[in-house]
Amino acid sequence: MAEHTSHLLSKPSFQQLIDVLRSSGYRVVGPIVRDGAVVWDTVQQTGDLPIGWRDIQEPGRYRLEQTGDDRIFGVVHGPQSLKPFSFAPRESLLTIERTQNGFATTPTIPQSEKVAVLGARPCDVAGLAIQDRVFLRDAYADPYYQARREGLFLVTVHCTRALSTCFCASMGTGPRATSGFDLALTELPEGFVVEAGSSAGEDILAKLERRPATKEAINAANSRIASCAKSQMRALDTSHLPQALYDAHEHQRWDDVAARCLACGNCTMVCPTCFCHAVEETPDLDRQRSEHTRLWDSCFTQEHGYIHGKNVRPTIKDRYRMWLSHKLASWIDQFGSSGCVGCGRCITWCPVGIDLTEELPALLKPDARNTNRQT
Amino acid sequence: MESHAQPASSASGSAFHTQAPINPYDIHMATIVEKRRETEGIETYRLKLVDEKVRHAYRFSAGQFNMVYAFGVGEVAISIVSDPDEPEFLDHTIRAVGRVTNAIARLQLGDALGIRGPFGKGWPLEEAQGKNIVIVTGGLGCAPVVGAIEYIFRRRSQYGAVKILHGVKTPHDLLYRERFDAWRQHPNTEVLLTSNQPDKTWHYHIGVVTELFEQVAVDPARTVVLMCGPEIMMRLGVPILMQRGIPASAISVSLERHMECGIGLCGHCQLGPYFLCKDGPVMSYDRVAFWLSRTGV
Repeated sequence: MAEHTSHLLSKPSFQQLIDVLRSSGYRVVGPIVRDGAVVWDTVQQTGDLPIGWRDIQEPGRYRLEQTGDDRIFGVVHGPQSLKPFSFAPRESLLTIERTQNGFATTPTIPQSEKVAVLGARPCDVAGLAIQDRVFLRDAYADPYYQARREGLFLVTVHCTRALSTCFCASMGTGPRATSGFDLALTELPEGFVVEAGSSAGEDILAKLERRPATKEAINAANSRIASCAKSQMRALDTSHLPQALYDAHEHQRWDDVAARCLACGNCTMVCPTCFCHAVEETPDLDRQRSEHTRLWDSCFTQEHGYIHGKNVRPTIKDRYRMWLSHKLASWIDQFGSSGCVGCGRCITWCPVGIDLTEELPALLKPDARNTNRQT
Repeated sequence: MESHAQPASSASGSAFHTQAPINPYDIHMATIVEKRRETEGIETYRLKLVDEKVRHAYRFSAGQFNMVYAFGVGEVAISIVSDPDEPEFLDHTIRAVGRVTNAIARLQLGDALGIRGPFGKGWPLEEAQGKNIVIVTGGLGCAPVVGAIEYIFRRRSQYGAVKILHGVKTPHDLLYRERFDAWRQHPNTEVLLTSNQPDKTWHYHIGVVTELFEQVAVDPARTVVLMCGPEIMMRLGVPILMQRGIPASAISVSLERHMECGIGLCGHCQLGPYFLCKDGPVMSYDRVAFWLSRTGV
């Protein structure tokens, strides 16, 4: 593990970071403003990034506004986490061709592409580590995920501004990233405090015009990150999980939240860790060739729990309970950590603004309906 | 042993933490070498893997399943019902109920199907050595346990009394009739059948399978129960067995959920903290009792 020696990169030198990454063979991706939100896309210059923009996020609401300042990373995040880079929303697994005596398969494992992501947030870096655990450290290493993941170079930006929906501090995933990145930046008015988190990061850093970060700059960065943590308005107390949520299976709050939930699946699409997927078969019209494809699925669909003629989770109540219980409780039993990193996207992108930081405490309170219930 | 699925293409075992070029999504071609009609809409397909290397490396234990692929249509999780001592041939009993299984039903002898597997955790047959075995099944639920029964009878002396209790809705639904008759011939073995919608030809018990419990003597401390069938049968049946002194940890159940990957990644087969495709499909009842007692999981 590389030592976290801090350097200072001036704002004008930021373009050099993009150039060095590009000349080192990376396609550089960063947040850009499109259709009223930030999304990931290829960037060539600093000016492609959302300089002077910031995002306002609330339950069921996302707005960008211009601030007039020169912050490069004033926007915290858009609907996409890092998930699409390593776990493609839709990807071919096999092409299968008819042969004389049957068929032959050709795995379509993608070529590993070198992609440098500028502005990955600590919560999303933590989310990617959780996906790594799911896809790479079980009985099998998923070769499709692995090929995409291997090419990723992550430039994280520690957070110095919290959204109203952020609760990473309570989940222990931010606002400072502690591992999983190649380079980490803290944005200050005079430039970026930079540290390397890997040898690949060290190599890039060595090619940049930089000076040692002064004690003042380091202190300023630390204090901005600390006040970002302090300013978070939401938190999740996970100390009684998983069991407390398992025990709340019959709580009346599930009926209450189910009456609001549209089962649209937005929360699962924007979640950095949700990994459910479906497998689809698309034969050519002449049925000589077929594409075997996987695509993101959601536990909110009617088909998710379908088994010959019945659905094991027929109601929206069952499906919301499945999602929240998996994310916050059974994930711990399955993978040794919570499935939630506190990014708050499921709150923002829920069309009716369902807020899990409100639902969990309500579910863990004694049920008004069954006050005499034995625990 | 928490036996994770062994990839069909590897004889050496787990790919845990390695960069081995194993693609768990790749499908191996197999030929239908026998197609046996069991009853209306249910057939048993005997499959032989085409690639000799893959075929010779393939090992499975009773209770595991394969993802069976129909060209251009898709995959479906089907338990292997044949004898694990003869892994060259893989039998799958399939009811034509959905898109994939209906496509499989249209195939004939010599046609190709695909196989990925075997996946999951099978019946705890080694731990059951020296014990009496009670097998409780309902409907097509008897399929996943057939391989276990064959395994036990090949090693008859290593097990105590074997009692096979099987329930069907109508006599028409009775699969493997000749096998039940053959099993009945083994020493120290009872086979009890029941139908709750019998016709005039039915000369066994009338009622549901849990009623057969009253007809068998069990020594609770020395008995292992293997159970497979509708979840309602387990929910109602297990408490009766436990009342008779059999601990939940001595009862294994084979559970079913929607599965699309077989390796614990697609997320569909979850039951509480378990992925039934890799932690199951066979689970010790004490681990799942909490979850089976809940609705909508």
